[in-house]
Amino acid sequence: MNIMDHLPALVIAIPLLGAFLTPLISKINDKLRNIFVIIIAGLTCALVFLLANEVFTNGIQTYVFGGAYNSGDTVVRIFFEVDGLSAFMAIIGCILPLVAVIYSWAFMKEHTGLDKYYTLILLMTTGMLGMMLTGDLFNFFVFLEITSISSAALVAFYTDKGKAVAAGFKYIVISSIGALFVLLAIALFYGQYDALNMAVIANSMQYSFLDKIALVLLIAALGMKSGIVPMHMWLPDAYGRAPASVTLALIPTTLASLYGVLRVTFTIYGNNLITDNPLKQIGQIEIHLNVVLAIFLVGLALITIVVGVLMALKQTDLKRMISYAAVAEIGYMLLAVGAALSVLKTEVGSMALTGGIFHIINDALDVGLLFLVAGAIYYATKETSLNKLGGLARNMKYTTIFFLIGLLAVSGIPPMNGFASKLLIYESVYHVNPILSIVAILCSILMLAVFVKVFHSIFLGPKQPSFEKVKEVPKSMLIGMAIIAGIIIFFGLFPHVVVNNIVTPAVDALTNSGMYINAILGGGV
Amino acid sequence: MIEWNSFLKTFDTGSGLWNPLVWITVIVIALLLVYIVRSFGRKEYKEETEQTKPFLSGNPEGDKEKMHVKGSNLYWGFMESMKWSYDLLTKAHTGNVSDYVLWFIVIMGILFIFIVGVF
Repeated sequence: MNIMDHLPALVIAIPLLGAFLTPLISKINDKLRNIFVIIIAGLTCALVFLLANEVFTNGIQTYVFGGAYNSGDTVVRIFFEVDGLSAFMAIIGCILPLVAVIYSWAFMKEHTGLDKYYTLILLMTTGMLGMMLTGDLFNFFVFLEITSISSAALVAFYTDKGKAVAAGFKYIVISSIGALFVLLAIALFYGQYDALNMAVIANSMQYSFLDKIALVLLIAALGMKSGIVPMHMWLPDAYGRAPASVTLALIPTTLASLYGVLRVTFTIYGNNLITDNPLKQIGQIEIHLNVVLAIFLVGLALITIVVGVLMALKQTDLKRMISYAAVAEIGYMLLAVGAALSVLKTEVGSMALTGGIFHIINDALDVGLLFLVAGAIYYATKETSLNKLGGLARNMKYTTIFFLIGLLAVSGIPPMNGFASKLLIYESVYHVNPILSIVAILCSILMLAVFVKVFHSIFLGPKQPSFEKVKEVPKSMLIGMAIIAGIIIFFGLFPHVVVNNIVTPAVDALTNSGMYINAILGGGV
Repeated sequence: MIEWNSFLKTFDTGSGLWNPLVWITVIVIALLLVYIVRSFGRKEYKEETEQTKPFLSGNPEGDKEKMHVKGSNLYWGFMESMKWSYDLLTKAHTGNVSDYVLWFIVIMGILFIFIVGVF
């Protein structure tokens, strides 16, 4: 068996197998279990990188689960179809869980039920990687459910805290409702086209009345799971109440839903965004689907950025503050996608998409690092209130530096990674409408103000008598933060390398839906 | 495979550009300046004396916990001037899961009108 031929299946199989084995290994020894989980997460990462390398070098990779198709046969088959966008998302989806399990070694040490904890983290990783790699809509729904159930259980991991359990409950309610509407949309496709494969549906798309309804259901449901305002309210509850390591692993699950929005818009409805027959003609102006979606997404993006930043400024709880900042960051990605839709197939559109896609990975790293720092502060002080913390820079030097890196990155200050992607977004959005760019820059300045407030409240000021004995966090937590901080600095200094090698293939995959369709329909699979 | 010389290439965004060598030079110069400024400090200071106590216009230093400006005191003016928007936003964030679902229905409804109804 050549491993390279089965990479898409192995990326899912390894964490899934690991999830089932974790409780058994936990019976032997806790340390052995921790090592096992880190090895599984690391192996998954290695496989994802191998797969991504295959995709970036040789183009779209398809993998068939099921028998060979002979004309006239009825075969049940599921396709995995990995293009540049899937590979890009999978890179995010494997790095953060790996860091989360390294960080958890010390962070979760004092807790019981860790066999379930690690099992759920690996299940969540399986689910989100499945969402990113599958080419089958029903399969996407199944992985969405796996991700939602494991995430909800992890959000409610602190079962002794009522608010954590309530947050878990809210998460599962929201996720179930979202998944229900996704399933309904899939049923509408299946009823019309007798197919569940995304490429087949995209190729057959008629943009009928039912397709319009399916589009509404998919964008609304996946938009809610992505945390777009005003459907974001579950996000600060879930991110704020989950253990910091879980929050880090939750970020790519949220982004997996955003990936769903992109896949639906650009691939499934890709051929209908601009057609010969406009949806409406107002005088000389032709209204196409891309413009309708662009107006809607840009509107939601602006609300998301403004509300996210304003609410972040108001918070006095560190984790809730970072959660609202994460909401605002999602707005930036959406703004870029909306702007790109409005000027589709132009240089500006391509630049906007590059900025938006680049910002996905930057956001995951920046916000992820800030959550890890929040976890470190909680670990050391058992406190997250900005009104009680202070003077910690004297006791926690490394954590302070990591926070400073996260602060600069999330606020888009050079030379951190956030600046490179935000620069692309500002510049491209300016060409669409300068007001959009102005709002985005102003909110970025406010974001800096938010985190300067946090930095001052927690790390500066005189040494507080109540935190006199606070020490730096254990090494495994510092290693977790250092890995992400290192990637942030690397991406910040060498954005050219990142954009050319992993972002551009993702943008190409989005803008050429024909390639995705041909890989299945023209590839003889 | 990533080529080594690609690491030094300039990232061009159209009207902006970004070169890692420039940034590394800027960082090195900044660190050098910090080192120079720091070296101006007086090494002969004595700990636990008046020399290391904060000077607050001649007033005695208060309790450490009370001296620190807490998180909710920062940007008080901004929050006060934006009170109307904060009142609105706080009212919307009820923490009630049925309201969360309601917002989802509202957005779905607007999108429905947009995509299915108008266009």
